[in-house]
Amino acid sequence: MSALTDLNRRTFLTVSALAGGGFALGIGAAPAKAADGAVLSAWIRIAADGAVTIISKNPEIGQGIKTALPMLVAEELDCDWNRVTVEQAMLDEGKYGRQFAGGSMATPLHWLSMRQAGAAARHMLVAAAAAKAGVAANELTTAKGMVRHTASNRQWSYGELAAEAARQPAPDPGKVKLKAPEQFHIIGTPQTGVDSARVLRGEPLFGIDVRLPGQLYAVFETASVPGAKLLQASLEAARAAHGVVAVLEIKGSGTPDVLVDGIAIVATNIWYAEKARQMITAEWTLAGKGQGSGDFAKQATRLLDANKGSDLRRDGDAPAKLAKAAKTVSARYAYPFLAHNTLEPQNCTALYSADGALELWAPCQAPQLGVTLIAQHLGIPASRQSVHMMRIGGGFGRRLMADYMVQAAAIAKQLPGRPVQLVFSRADDLKRDFYRPAGWHGFSAGLDEAGKLIAFTDHFISFGENGKPMRSAQLNPAHFPAGLVDDLLYTQDLMPSVIPTGPLRAPASNALCFAFQSFLDEVAQAAGKDLPQLMLELCAEDKVLGDPGDASRASPAFVTKRARGVIEQVLKDSGWATRKATKGRALGFGFYFCHLGYFAEVADVSVGKEGVKVHKVWAAGDVGSALINPRGAEAQVRGAVIEGIATVTGQPVTFTDGAVDQRNFDGTSPPRISATPEIAISWVKSDTPPSGLGEPALPPVIPAVTNAIFAATGKRIRALPAVV
Amino acid sequence: MEEPVQTYTLTINGTVQQISATPDMPLLWALRQEVGLSGVKFGCGAGLCGACTVHMDGAPVRSCQTPLNSVGNAKITTIEGLAGDPLGERLIRAWLDIDVMQCGYCQAGQVMTAHALLRETPKPNGAQIDAAMEGNLCRCATYPRIREAIRLASGQEAKA
Ligand code: FES
Ligand code: FES
Repeated sequence: MSALTDLNRRTFLTVSALAGGGFALGIGAAPAKAADGAVLSAWIRIAADGAVTIISKNPEIGQGIKTALPMLVAEELDCDWNRVTVEQAMLDEGKYGRQFAGGSMATPLHWLSMRQAGAAARHMLVAAAAAKAGVAANELTTAKGMVRHTASNRQWSYGELAAEAARQPAPDPGKVKLKAPEQFHIIGTPQTGVDSARVLRGEPLFGIDVRLPGQLYAVFETASVPGAKLLQASLEAARAAHGVVAVLEIKGSGTPDVLVDGIAIVATNIWYAEKARQMITAEWTLAGKGQGSGDFAKQATRLLDANKGSDLRRDGDAPAKLAKAAKTVSARYAYPFLAHNTLEPQNCTALYSADGALELWAPCQAPQLGVTLIAQHLGIPASRQSVHMMRIGGGFGRRLMADYMVQAAAIAKQLPGRPVQLVFSRADDLKRDFYRPAGWHGFSAGLDEAGKLIAFTDHFISFGENGKPMRSAQLNPAHFPAGLVDDLLYTQDLMPSVIPTGPLRAPASNALCFAFQSFLDEVAQAAGKDLPQLMLELCAEDKVLGDPGDASRASPAFVTKRARGVIEQVLKDSGWATRKATKGRALGFGFYFCHLGYFAEVADVSVGKEGVKVHKVWAAGDVGSALINPRGAEAQVRGAVIEGIATVTGQPVTFTDGAVDQRNFDGTSPPRISATPEIAISWVKSDTPPSGLGEPALPPVIPAVTNAIFAATGKRIRALPAVV
Repeated sequence: MEEPVQTYTLTINGTVQQISATPDMPLLWALRQEVGLSGVKFGCGAGLCGACTVHMDGAPVRSCQTPLNSVGNAKITTIEGLAGDPLGERLIRAWLDIDVMQCGYCQAGQVMTAHALLRETPKPNGAQIDAAMEGNLCRCATYPRIREAIRLASGQEAKA
């Protein structure tokens, strides 16, 4: 039995009694129309024996969300974290609100609502105890899953109170009293991931681990150029191969983010499917002629030379100021395409029933997208689809796309009643990626006699058409130092391309930070200072750039004071002021603000016969007033730093006539243990609700390393990966 | 062309299992899909990532590069088989205490490789740890904690 208690226009609670004397509570923002039904952002169950179950609604990609969000609930519920079980929700956005993992958004979006859910449940348990004991609620305290009446020395466990709590009126979650930070005993404590032990027992938690009775395995052969059409194929040999159950031609919609033409080989074991794939000969349309990495670079150079980009932002008159500047600095920067390389290859398991229902087991960061695309392109209504959200073996933005869900559904639809697991080979995964787009910049800066930055321009080249950049190929007109230099001009030229692009951890920022902070390092040198000094000067005045938004959430505006905070901290930590560059070894600096977080980083780098070696990185971060799980927070920063370094020293992906050249990890060289530096992290707390950590620590390490290479060798790194 | 299916009798985590498959099937796919063990993972299929690491007679091997017909009488151990093994338990304890994993996908392979390292070298130094673990890719870059957990499991200070 579930009662919907409408409390105010924005939030409400649902309370239900559980069989056996427990109670369950949901809470959330009210839907736009009441008729839309319940939107729950958290669900708590308290059983009669006191066991607490908290539903985790978002996909777990290794960012630790399945631990962090329930910690918020448990904190305000005041229960014993060791007695909490976390249960992964099915996809049901009607019930839970948005269920996605991206943009480091989970913390800012749920900091308040998850705690309110816990506090509301606690409120009702206290009310139940008050009713039972005949005392006023304010005489009662809670701790570790117990309500206590100190005056009479009595106490009750939440389990004992659960049945009565379900009968209490639900409070207005917006008005329940939340703890002061000093009272936190779960938030801010280092906790081990709720599923870590299960992973180490080898339990089938990941998408690729799904095993259903009668399950088949599929590989999907597609053209080497994204989106190319299948002209003809000979499939007979594959059909006759051992273990093969079906070889199916799949007609695509043409775009890689939905469904491309391909041939599905379905077998009893993925090995048999892979072997049969080798027996297929297929002819595809030629779609990518002249679209290679070198071709794009030449085209970008021509565009930079022509200097006819369209305006993204024009403040004052930067060209005039440049012409009059005492000193000007100009340089071009470039960075390549990158692949995601999630260690768990893309996969999805689908079961299409004869009655038209589709069940999916999807390791996807945005599973609702998959449902929508399947409804649109395969005609299976969203209402007939159900999605199990599987643990994800690395997201990094790749799984914000849902192409593998559509592919699995398209294959399963032709084999009603048989569960089919589609698994990408590593080569498929590289071939059907949505790459971090390459980009080029032509910068100029003007300094006055005093060495003050008085004009700044960037001519940005990336991919897109009709002024519309492809995914993650954009330059935000508010990008630093916009708003801090009066005369500033950002222009853009876009090149059309068949190569699909998409978000990679800290999208756009992971590229722009390198270019901007490296160029600003050049500007600082020209002005006779160093980059942190220039940054502190630019941020010297207290300013809030952009819309600070709602005070209950982390602010999206750029706050110069917070930038100064992390810069000063990292300078102190790294001993920047007293640093000495020796030949071949030096420190470098980088700063960035993205995804609501501020990071300043310093890298200690040597360049020798074995190439670039990063010895140590100091990172200072400001993500607001609190870290939910410091252990998870540190892991995110370290992972981001190591990944960032790999974009300087590792291998990108390259293209020839629209086809990716690399087929496995030997071509893309993700970071390995021996290249891992020591990483020292400092947190600068500021008085604003916390923001997320999946991304913001990544960008600044890249210029920190390239600027250190310059300091160590005198060679400026203007293109990635670094050639020294 | 077609390779005939053969029946192999393998000892996996102390249990004798019969598998019918083609001789060239990598042990990886036999374990994952014929036996139903999910701890051993597929990452690259080319010996480049270590996600598929299992032990054959105690030595770490890349199961994606180990065809069934090369296994012979070797005893196979996977992460599932470390339960009850004292060194295995110690490693898993350390892994949880430090909370090494992020996504977790590589972690079984990491633990299997670390197990082999500590059996050969009970107290490895930093260089020995890096050398042994170099072939195991962790895309989430949990390397600092992999180092710490190995030190902890070998009775050394977690931080170097
Ligand atoms: S899957 Fe065997 S080494 Fe990568
Ligand atoms: S924990 Fe994600 S790949 Fe290692």
